[in-house]
Amino acid sequence: MKKPKTNDVILQTVTNVVTFIIVLFSLSLFFAGHYTPGGGFIGGLMTSAAIVLMLLAYDLDTVANILPIDYKILTAVGLLIAVATGAGALLFDVPFLTHAYDYFYLPLLGKTSLHTAVLFDTGVYLVVIGVTMTIIQTIGVSE
Amino acid sequence: MTEIIRFLIGFLLIVGGFLSLVTAFGLLRLPDVYTRNHAASKSATLGVMSILLATFLYFYLEHGHFNSRLILAIIFIFVTAPVAGHLIARAAYHSGVKLWDKSVQDDLKNKKEYEQQNSN
Repeated sequence: MKKPKTNDVILQTVTNVVTFIIVLFSLSLFFAGHYTPGGGFIGGLMTSAAIVLMLLAYDLDTVANILPIDYKILTAVGLLIAVATGAGALLFDVPFLTHAYDYFYLPLLGKTSLHTAVLFDTGVYLVVIGVTMTIIQTIGVSE
Repeated sequence: MTEIIRFLIGFLLIVGGFLSLVTAFGLLRLPDVYTRNHAASKSATLGVMSILLATFLYFYLEHGHFNSRLILAIIFIFVTAPVAGHLIARAAYHSGVKLWDKSVQDDLKNKKEYEQQNSN
């Protein structure tokens, strides 16, 4: 079936600009999650919202070309990271999912507190993106 | 100094609230989709932007807290709200919503015939 010719210049141009703002905001929400509202869940939803906006402006094949990601594998990797963060606590002879933090002196950032909960949050982030995009793409391609 | 700032913040808040009210009245009273869309996308955008600017000024000048998310939100709304209005109006036109009976001109009406003439 031939695709109907549409004229989506305005939508596509604005999508090109706005997607960067949304992705930056989602990363900001993700990294700010420890001290301010935000975190892995809402950051992941926001990132998938940016991808959904690209899906609205372009079509499935174009977005699959731009982001060649298999979202089911992304979900699996996220779960693996979350479980591995929990299991890593067992190596130090503390209960499962015990988190630790310390202050580090990084070259550019100076004194930074790094927490292993961020690794767990990365798992949540990837799982949320993977599940949301899998649901939306599965609904999108069914005839 | 602070009194002037407070006056400015209050003024922006009142303007924002007034413009939002204008949007609501426009949505209720205007005759067809396109004029309603005109009211909704313009005055609501400016109203929300004024309120966000007032919020930003309040937290920056009264509390010394520079909230860059509000700046980002102002830019974001300024970029996206007119596009949303454009897409709604376009979808309405292409699905055949009639203009108000007192409209005098519809330049897009003859577009299909014109394109067919030029392609043949």
